[in-house]
Amino acid sequence: MKKWTRRAFIGTGILASGALVIGVAIRPGNRSSKVAGLIAEEGETVMNIWLKISPDNTVTVIIPHAEMGQGVHTTLAMMLADELDADWSKVKFMEAPADKEYANYVVAKGFIAGNKTFPKFLEETIDGVFLTAVKTMNFQITGGSASVRFTGQQGMRIAGAAAKAMLLQAAADTWKVPVEELKAEKSTISHTASNQTATYAELAPAAAKVKAPKQPKLKSRDEFTLMGTSPARLDIPAKVTGQAKFGMDVIVPNMKYASIKAAPVFGAKVKSVDTSIPSDSEGVLKVLNLENAVAVIAEGYWQAKSTLDRLAIKFESTENDGKSQEDIFNGYRLAMDKALEEESLSEHYQSGDAHSALSRAETVVEAEYQLPFLAHATMEPMNCTAWVHNGKCEIWCGSQNPLGVKAAVAELLDISLDQVTVHNQLLGGGFGRRSETDVIIQAVAIAKEVDFPVKLIWSREEDTQHDVYREATISRMKAGLDQSGNPVAYSHQFLFKHHPPEAADLPYAVPNQLIQFTSPSSFVPWGNWRSVDHSVHGFLTESFIDELAFAAKKDPLAFRKSLTQDKPRFQKVLDLIQEKSDWDSPLPANWGRGIAIAQSFGSIVAEVAEVEVNVEGKVKVHRVVCVADPGFAIHPDGFSAQMESGIIYGLAAAMTGEISIENGAVTQSNFHDYQVTRMNEAPKIETYIINSGNPPGGAGEPSTPVIAPAVTNAIFNATGVRIRRLPISKTDLRVSIRQTT
Amino acid sequence: MINLTINGKEYSVEAPAGMPLLWVIREQCELTGTKFGCGIAQCGACTVHVDGKPIRSCITPATSVEGKNITTIEGIAPDENTLHIVQQAWIEEQTPQCGYCQSGQIMSAVALLNENPAPSDEEIEQAMSGNICRCGMYGRIKSAIKRASAALQASTSNPQLQ
Repeated sequence: MKKWTRRAFIGTGILASGALVIGVAIRPGNRSSKVAGLIAEEGETVMNIWLKISPDNTVTVIIPHAEMGQGVHTTLAMMLADELDADWSKVKFMEAPADKEYANYVVAKGFIAGNKTFPKFLEETIDGVFLTAVKTMNFQITGGSASVRFTGQQGMRIAGAAAKAMLLQAAADTWKVPVEELKAEKSTISHTASNQTATYAELAPAAAKVKAPKQPKLKSRDEFTLMGTSPARLDIPAKVTGQAKFGMDVIVPNMKYASIKAAPVFGAKVKSVDTSIPSDSEGVLKVLNLENAVAVIAEGYWQAKSTLDRLAIKFESTENDGKSQEDIFNGYRLAMDKALEEESLSEHYQSGDAHSALSRAETVVEAEYQLPFLAHATMEPMNCTAWVHNGKCEIWCGSQNPLGVKAAVAELLDISLDQVTVHNQLLGGGFGRRSETDVIIQAVAIAKEVDFPVKLIWSREEDTQHDVYREATISRMKAGLDQSGNPVAYSHQFLFKHHPPEAADLPYAVPNQLIQFTSPSSFVPWGNWRSVDHSVHGFLTESFIDELAFAAKKDPLAFRKSLTQDKPRFQKVLDLIQEKSDWDSPLPANWGRGIAIAQSFGSIVAEVAEVEVNVEGKVKVHRVVCVADPGFAIHPDGFSAQMESGIIYGLAAAMTGEISIENGAVTQSNFHDYQVTRMNEAPKIETYIINSGNPPGGAGEPSTPVIAPAVTNAIFNATGVRIRRLPISKTDLRVSIRQTT
Repeated sequence: MINLTINGKEYSVEAPAGMPLLWVIREQCELTGTKFGCGIAQCGACTVHVDGKPIRSCITPATSVEGKNITTIEGIAPDENTLHIVQQAWIEEQTPQCGYCQSGQIMSAVALLNENPAPSDEEIEQAMSGNICRCGMYGRIKSAIKRASAALQASTSNPQLQ
């Protein structure tokens, strides 16, 4: 592949390869004539280049996001191509280079400003502020279910529409006809009256000289030709032939391999290791003491790993050496008690007076919930190939955050960003794990000791025991009901608050709320895990509302409907799931149905799980019905696939997912003790999409938060046992079944 | 030095005693379609065929398969321009997400259909439960196997397609 250089992206014009690049000005910035006069410099700052048109009329869309299975390369290409009226059969994509010019200012803006619209005169300044900010922050991240919501809506579509406007203008100028009389379709522009047609490729050189419109007109939904359809994903063919290249598959000439073992207790240091090459080892090139880890470099991964396994490594002791899972949870409870006693909890949300409303309530329901640490367990273990040479560093990896990788490497080696090249590869699963730079830092620390490229591969054991984990937590919830069973007060004290900030919000109309949190210290490293805080609060809120429905002697679905009457989107989702899940039909003995609903990342998702608990207490989830309102699904089949994926991912966590700590270290090590859902345990999943007309919501995460409560609520329905501690496998359900049969 | 036959091609490689076939395939033969996932035969990402039977290459010593026919994901298509019926079904069902496990999934599916061209749901589950997909595409994998099974039967009942 031709090497991308920053220069190639600056301005519009013909590249050496003959391809034409069309860019969209997104930051004219200061409107003063002083700045406006410096066109060339302004061009350098303001141009973001998202598409090019080749002489053969191929449109290549340049995507500033990582592909980790969510189909984002296809979906974003569709959004641009639709606005451009491009011939989809001739649309290609390529991932953007890790370069500041591709900082996802639209993602940052989306996270901070949501779907807010700004007055037109402010739009450019605001865009400029965000672009500058994210360039400084090295922000090119894929996460937060944000690609379509922000990059797609505010980047790709505008880029496509602007390019089309430029092409139309070029045709109008060439043919001397009014632009309104032209028609763009399938990468061709035609003028019926004069019987003229030209391809985008033919018009592109002239179009590149047309000034890009700052506010191009976007299509309305009834004008979409690609958005809302499900063309075959562009990344799939290479994934069925073994040709798709993941970070793990990179081959660089003269490359060697490394295996690593970090101190089992987080933060511990190496006390002693013999770094001479063992005499009985084959193909071993170097043993490295990295202070907090030991690495072996060899001709092959297996030689490195088997030698590493035989080394006698001693680690320094730390204050966490004796810590167990129970110590952690006891510590959390103490921290909560202390914060309550000292009234030092931070406020998340407050309305009315929850304390006095609780004291007057007819019925008070109270519960404590507990959730475990969770690992990401991506299929592709962590890996990174690094080559440090001549004051430069090249990195090959699959990252959700390539600009972050670049910045971390530059800082570690104390070289400028320009000296670091990141070759981003396909990701064998991300789920948040690949937004971290820990493994990249290790690879560079190893590679800088030698003069050849090194591929560092983590064993599955290392991957499981040195992840950054979804927080383990406890939570206390309390609510009051009046005589008719209506909730009159809601009090919730939780631990830790990461993001999104609204995750602990109660979607239900309950007066008198008090939601607070405190953040005790934890020595177990935290990281973004699919749906982040929603993975915790989906379970908490949707379990507890189910408890309230039971206390109020009301149907759980009807109860939720009665408390969301001010939310028409929730009402529609609940109505549809009631119908599609056969909610009101009877089930066999020891079977149960449970519902949960949550809004996250701009999408509303409800799930109904149908479970059976057998005489051995074993839970089988037979069927999951999922109804989602993502506003508008750009690629409905891809969206459904994401719902299926998020459900299975969340189900694995709910059923058996637990990382536990003994002697300061993670006890699980591989898929035999960190068990995940397999085909024989996977339910049949049915997904229904409601295109409500709202701005597109996220796809990658919103189905995960609700599956655990849907299943535990179904278990309650089947057995009368309320599961307040995950994973479900920790609860012995045998007794409940004997009692009910 | 050992001699291996992979996808019909002969390879002479240096493999220390005990070195698993997986690493020989990936590093020495540079056939990277076969994946490393767990190293202990728990996930199925490294599945290849030895004399037509699916095996976990991460725990199979390379020396133990000398003289046998090894097939990897790169070797199942009938020719360069035609996909295997299972690969085709995988595309039609839009099965992969991240795709990392899919070489192993496809190798297990091909082995299943070679043994049993018309498997039931239970037989599919039994044959495929050794292959983990963290993107959770089990429903689509199952549909793709059924689609491939139907296509297989159509092609065997129609000699023109053979």
